[in-house]
Amino acid sequence: MGNILTLTTFLPLLGAVILALGLRGDDAAAQRNAKWVALVTTAVTFICSLFILTNFDPANTDFQLVETTEWIFGLQYKMGVDGISILFVMLTTFLMPLVIASCWNVTTRVKEYMIAFLILETLMLGVFLALDLVLFYLFFEAGLIPMFLIIGIWGGKDRIYASFKFFLYTFLGSVLMLVAMVAMFTEAGTTDIPTLMTHSFGTDNFRILGIQIVGGMQTLLWLAFFASFAVKMPMWPVHTWLPDAHVQAPTAGSVVLAAILLKLGGYGFLRFSLPMFPVGSEVMAPLVLWLSAIAIVYTSLVALAQSDMKKLIAYSSVAHMGFVTMGIFSANQQGVDGAIFQMISHGFISGALFLCVGVIYDRMHTREIDAYGGLVNRMPAYALIFLFFTMANVGLPGTSGFVGEFLTLVGVFQVNTWVALFATSGVILSAAYALWLYRRVVLGDLIKESLRSITDMTGRERLIFAPLVVMTLLLGVYPALILDMIGPSVAALVDNYDAALAAFHSASQFAAN
Amino acid sequence: MIGADIQILLPEIVLAVYAMLALMGAVYTTKDGAASLLTWMTAGMFVLLALVIGVNGQGYNVAFDGMFVDDGFARFAKVTILLSAAIVLLMSEGYMQRRGLLRFEYPVLIALAVVGMMVMVSAGDLMVLYMGLELQSLALYVVASLRRDNAKSTEAGLKYFVLGALSSGLLLYGASLTYGFAGTTLFSGIIEAAEGGASLGLLFGLVFLIAGFAFKVSAAPFHMWTPDVYEGSPTPVTAFFATAPKVAAIALFARVVHDAFGGIVGEWQQIVAFLSVASMFLGAVAAIGQTNIKRLMAYSSISHMGFAMMGLAAGTVGGVQAMLVYMVIYVTMNVGTFALILTMEKDGRPVTDIAALKSYAKRQPLLALVMLVMMFSLAGVPPMLGFFGKYAVLLAAYQGGLAWLAVAGVIASVISAFYYLRIVYYMYFGEDTQALDGRTPPVLWVTAVVTGAIIGLAWIPGVNLFGLDPMAAAAAATLVN
Repeated sequence: MGNILTLTTFLPLLGAVILALGLRGDDAAAQRNAKWVALVTTAVTFICSLFILTNFDPANTDFQLVETTEWIFGLQYKMGVDGISILFVMLTTFLMPLVIASCWNVTTRVKEYMIAFLILETLMLGVFLALDLVLFYLFFEAGLIPMFLIIGIWGGKDRIYASFKFFLYTFLGSVLMLVAMVAMFTEAGTTDIPTLMTHSFGTDNFRILGIQIVGGMQTLLWLAFFASFAVKMPMWPVHTWLPDAHVQAPTAGSVVLAAILLKLGGYGFLRFSLPMFPVGSEVMAPLVLWLSAIAIVYTSLVALAQSDMKKLIAYSSVAHMGFVTMGIFSANQQGVDGAIFQMISHGFISGALFLCVGVIYDRMHTREIDAYGGLVNRMPAYALIFLFFTMANVGLPGTSGFVGEFLTLVGVFQVNTWVALFATSGVILSAAYALWLYRRVVLGDLIKESLRSITDMTGRERLIFAPLVVMTLLLGVYPALILDMIGPSVAALVDNYDAALAAFHSASQFAAN
Repeated sequence: MIGADIQILLPEIVLAVYAMLALMGAVYTTKDGAASLLTWMTAGMFVLLALVIGVNGQGYNVAFDGMFVDDGFARFAKVTILLSAAIVLLMSEGYMQRRGLLRFEYPVLIALAVVGMMVMVSAGDLMVLYMGLELQSLALYVVASLRRDNAKSTEAGLKYFVLGALSSGLLLYGASLTYGFAGTTLFSGIIEAAEGGASLGLLFGLVFLIAGFAFKVSAAPFHMWTPDVYEGSPTPVTAFFATAPKVAAIALFARVVHDAFGGIVGEWQQIVAFLSVASMFLGAVAAIGQTNIKRLMAYSSISHMGFAMMGLAAGTVGGVQAMLVYMVIYVTMNVGTFALILTMEKDGRPVTDIAALKSYAKRQPLLALVMLVMMFSLAGVPPMLGFFGKYAVLLAAYQGGLAWLAVAGVIASVISAFYYLRIVYYMYFGEDTQALDGRTPPVLWVTAVVTGAIIGLAWIPGVNLFGLDPMAAAAAATLVN
C-alpha cells in the first residue's frame, strides 16, 4: 500500500501500453477488445482509488499517503493527497469508465482513441496528486497532447482550427506559470508544494515600467498563475477556446473536457493562488469577483442565443465556472466549500449533459437545436433524463447544482454584495436558457420527418446515466458527503489565508507608524 | 615537457592522423569502393575516442603553455560532438549510397571537421581557436556542396563559404583588437588584462569576436546562411550541421566569454541576451511560413540556439550547466528528427515537403509516434525532454537576473509551438494521400525509435536523464570559477 497513489495514477498508462503493444489489427474483434481493455483498466483504477478513499482521514489536514523519490535537477517526484484533492481524484476515476463506455459506437482508430483517453486519465490524476511544482506542471501541460489529438483526429468538421486554438491558448497561459515557478524556486529554494505553502513570498511594492505593483512579488506570481488557470477554467474573457473545442470534440472528449479538465484551473487556484500568495489574492480578488460576475451574466446571455446544443452547454459551463472562481476568491469557508462542491457537481451534470447531446447526435448526426423538437414522443426515457440534468444545471434544490451555487453565493455575499447580486441574476438566466433549450428539443409535437424513426436510449446508455443520476441526487439531498470530506482542509486553508493576511496587515501598519 | 603536451593532445592527433591515412589510403587504392567501409570505420573511431575521453579523461590539463586546455568542460563537449557525429555518419551511409554521393572524401572531411571542433572546444588561445574554427569550417564548406552536379547544393556551399569567410574576418578583426589591447592572445592573459574593467578597445574586440561566434551558432541577426545551407546540402549533411558543429560553436562561445572575459560578465551579458531573444523570436516567426522541412528545421535550430544562449547569458555556473544540458537534449532531438526526415522519399527521390507527411500516422504508426514525440519535445511540451532543457535554461536565466529574457523565451516557445503542431497535424489529421513510399532502413529505424524513447521517457524518476545533469554540472564547474 506504500505507493497506492503512484499505482492509481499510472494504472491507466499501463493499460495504454498493453493496448499499444499487445493489440494488433483493426477489425471488429480488435476494436471490441480495445474497448474492453480500456473499460477494465479504468474500472480497476476506480477500485484502486477507493482504497485511497478508505485510507484517507478527512480530519487530518496534512498531505496523506505521501510518496517521495529523488528526481532530476534537484526536483522531487512527490505525490500526496489532502482534503482538497481527494474528491477530484475520485471524480476522475469515477467518470472515466463512463466516458469509455460512452464511446462504444466509435469505429475509427478505436485503439488509438482508447490509448489517448487512458493516457489522459493518468495525466489528470497526476495533476491532482503531484506535490512538486514541476511535476505538477509536467502533468498539467502534458494533458494538452492527448486532448489535442482527441479533438484533432476524432473531432468534427472544424476540428483543426479548434484543436490548434485549444492547444495554443492553454499553452500560452501555462508558460507564464512556468516562469513563475522558476521564480518561486529561486526565492524559496524548493519546489516542494507543502513547503511552499508555508513560505511567505515577498510583498514589498515595486515598480515595473513605471507601474506600481501593489503586493509586489506575490501579485506578479499570482498573475502568472492566474494566466494559466483562468484560461483553463475558463474565465471571461479568455474563454473563447472552450466553445470551439467543445463543439468540435467528440462526445467523450467533451465530457472529459467539461467534467474534469476544466477543474484543473479551479484546483490550481485552491492549491497555489490562495495558500501561496494570500496578499496577491487579496489584491486581485475584486478583479476575479467582477470577472466572475460578468462571466455568469454575459455567458448566460450568450448561451441564450446559441443554435448549437453543445455550444450552449459550453457557455453554460463557463457561467458555472464563474460561480467557482467567485467562491474561491471570496476566501471564506462557505465560498471555498461551495466552489469545490460546485466543481464536483458540475463534473457530473455537465458530463451528463454532453452525454445527452451525444445520445441524439449519435442518432441524427447534428447538434442543431432546430433539427429537433418533440423528442418526448419517441424517447420518453431520454426526455426524463435530459429533464433531470437540465434541472440540475439550473440549480433546482434537491440536485447537487443547487448546493454549489447557494454556498458560493453565501460566500461571496459576505465579501461583496454587488457581485452576489449580479451573480444571482445569472441563476435566473441559466433557468431561461436551459429550459428554453429543453422546450425546443424535447417538448412540442414531433413534426420533423427525420425524427419519426428515432429510437429511445439503449440499455447501455441508460446504464451510463444511472450512476450520474444517483450522484447528482445524492449530493443534492445529502451534501455532507462532500462537505465533511473537504471541510477540515478548507478550514485550514482559510485559517492560514486569514492568518497570513493579518500578519501582512499588522506588519504594514507597523511600517506605516 | 613536449611529451606531456602531446599526451594531452593525443585524441586530436590520433584522429587527424587517422583522417590523413584514410585519405591517402583511399586515393591510392580503391577510391569510392571503400567509402562505405571508411564511413563505418570513422564512426567507430569517433565512438572509440569518445569512450577514451569520457572514461579516461581526468583533471585539468594544460598543454603548450595554456594554448590548449583539456578540462571537464572540453571533455563533455567532445564526447557530445563525437557521439553525435558518429550517429549522423551511420545514418547517412545508406542515403548517400543510394544517391551515389558516398565518396570516400565524405567520412574523411567529417573526421577533419570533428578534429577542428575538438580543437575549438579545447582552445586556450585565440590562435588555436581560429585554427580549430577554420579547420572545421573549411571541411564543412566542402561537404555542403557534396552534391556537386546540383545547383542548390553548390549554391549552399558557396553561400556558406562566402558568409563564413566574412564572419571569419570579423572574428579575426576582433582577435587582433583583443591582442592589441590585451597584449596577448592567451585567454589567461586576456582575463588578467580585463581585470577591473575592460578598455574600449578590448570591448570592441569582444564584440567582434561575439559576432563571429554568433555566425557559427547561427544566431540572429547572423543567421542568414542557415536556411539556404540547410536546404541545399544533402540531408545527412544537414543533419550533421544541425548537431555537432552547433555544440562545438556554442561550447567555444562559452569558453571564450568565460575563460577570456569571465571578469567582465556584465559587458557581454547584454549582447548574448540580445542574440538570444532575437534568435528565439526570429526562429519562431520565420518558420511559420516554411513548407520545406529542412528549412523549417533550420529556423527551428536558430530558435533553439537562442534558448541555449539564454543559459549562456546568465553568466553563471548554473547557466553553463543549463546550456550543456540543453545542447545534449537538442542534439538528441535533432538526430531523431533527421533520422525520420531521411526516411522521407517517394519513387526513390528524397521528399522535403511537409505536406508529404499527410496521414503518415496511418502507414507508419510507430515512426509517426516518434515524430510526434520529437515535435512536442522541440516545442518544449512536457513530459518530453525538450521541456526539461527549457526549464533548465529558464531557471538559469532567472537566477542570472534576466527575468525578462525568461518571459520572452516562453512567449517565443508558444509561437514556435505552432509550426511543430502543424507537422503533427499533417501526420495525424491530414487526409489520406500516398505521398511517401520509401522503406525505412534499419539504421534509421533504430536511431529514430531509440532517440524517441529517450526523449519521451528519460525523465522518469530512476532514469533521471541518465545522470546528464550532474555531469553537466561538473563540466560547467571547471569552466566557470
